[in-house]
Amino acid sequence: MIGRVLLRAVFVLALPAVLIAVWWAASSGSVNPYWPPLRTILKTFPDVWTADRLRSDVLPSVLRLLAGYALAAVVGIALGTVIGSYRRVRAFCEPVLEFLRAVPPPVLVPVIMLFAGIGNSMKIVVIASGCVWPILLNTVEGVRAVDSVMLETARSYGITGAARLRSLVLPSAGPQIFAGLRQALSIGIILMVISEMFAASNGIGFTVVQFQRSFAIPDMWTGILVLGLLGFALSVVFQLVERRVLAWYHGLRASTRRSA
Amino acid sequence: MDALLDISGLRKVYEGSGRRVEAVRDLTFTVESGELVCVVGPSGCGKTTLLKCLGGLLAPTGGQVLFAGKPVSGPPPGMALVFQEYGRSLFPWMRVAENVELPLKHKGLSKSRRKELVADALASVGLADAAGAYPWQLSGGMQQRVAIARALAYEPDVLLMDEPFAAVDAQTRADLEDLVRGLWRERGITILFVTHDIDEAVYLGERVVVLSASPTVVQEQLKVDLPDERDQLNTRVAPRFAELRTHVYEQIQAAKRGKADPESGKADPADRP
Repeated sequence: MIGRVLLRAVFVLALPAVLIAVWWAASSGSVNPYWPPLRTILKTFPDVWTADRLRSDVLPSVLRLLAGYALAAVVGIALGTVIGSYRRVRAFCEPVLEFLRAVPPPVLVPVIMLFAGIGNSMKIVVIASGCVWPILLNTVEGVRAVDSVMLETARSYGITGAARLRSLVLPSAGPQIFAGLRQALSIGIILMVISEMFAASNGIGFTVVQFQRSFAIPDMWTGILVLGLLGFALSVVFQLVERRVLAWYHGLRASTRRSA
Repeated sequence: MDALLDISGLRKVYEGSGRRVEAVRDLTFTVESGELVCVVGPSGCGKTTLLKCLGGLLAPTGGQVLFAGKPVSGPPPGMALVFQEYGRSLFPWMRVAENVELPLKHKGLSKSRRKELVADALASVGLADAAGAYPWQLSGGMQQRVAIARALAYEPDVLLMDEPFAAVDAQTRADLEDLVRGLWRERGITILFVTHDIDEAVYLGERVVVLSASPTVVQEQLKVDLPDERDQLNTRVAPRFAELRTHVYEQIQAAKRGKADPESGKADPADRP
């Protein structure tokens, strides 16, 4: 048992360790100012990312990300459920959705700045406007795919309206909704950084650009590391939530695999 | 006259993409309160269509269904359905007890009453221990028992069963047949049981309604005069059982031959000498 846990840990950590070692070795003798040795970057890290900076730059970024993401989740799941439930609404909305989805969200930043200003609300709207699409489209698909026998079962037992939504449609669409939420998370991080690069007075994206403009190259590199770590941490949290909410789904899949 | 289920002139035509399929032509029969009636017919004869019309899930093209004297226009309370596809009828995100309890919540029963009904229903299908399991952790036969428990807990006036044992293995099937017989005798509920299996229909039913091939009419109605006390071993080898099943079998064969219908225009030439 302990041996298996150890083996798994080795398996998970092996590739990161190798990549760090390669980076370390390849950059150790570097004299290129834009490509500093990893040693220098790591030495700079604690000086740059102090508790003060975490509070003044990382926290605002994370809060904006969470606000935009939550907004996108609510709007995406609500609209997706409506569109997925009614064939006519779907036929009506589909062309517009396809168009809006095809517009790259970063291009909206200057437009959104015009009416939402350059404050927090602009950044939250930018993040939400990018995150909403995968959530919306996956919810539509998930709601459409609810099993016909389950729907008839619910109907015959008089389970309708809100109860039907809560106990049948949303749980059944859950796996698809979570797939959308996962895609949206990485889009959200990208848009968080981009929106802070355009117009901001704090945030991780803003900090990285500031360092680059003031030629503090090792400091800039540490910002990139922070973004990577933030993305990794969010993805771990996401996985924990997903495992919990969709425990039934993973169990069901494992049991059908066994019997197949 | 005051039958619990009164089906008269039921007709269902499916129309779509230029094709017009008359699944059910003219069905008329009744189910009295407390009866166990089996409906048997050749495969593809619209048994599921019939059941969906009875359950208010499908609107018939013609004729009507009266349930306790009232025409069925949507799923009526007091009716519970057990589907063939147990795996797609139970909700995999709910535990067994939650699945059984779900319909009760919408009947406005108190929590303690719901608990009582769930425990009682699970006990009577022999699954008291499985309350906390997820359906997909159970075997197919056990899952179908859960679906039956869900229907029992609902305390329906009539239980509609759509080929409920078609997808389980033969031994499980025999157990489940005895379970249904037993529940019917203990609880006095009305059961309409649809099957394509002639032996099953004769073994279970007090009465067998034989359907013709599509477009479907009632070929024959037959009273099963076997003793109330039935068991897999003795009933199935009783001479009377053999006679009844042979009779039903011949009726179904006749129904298939009778399919050569000039109207449908798709009669098999081999059927015509």
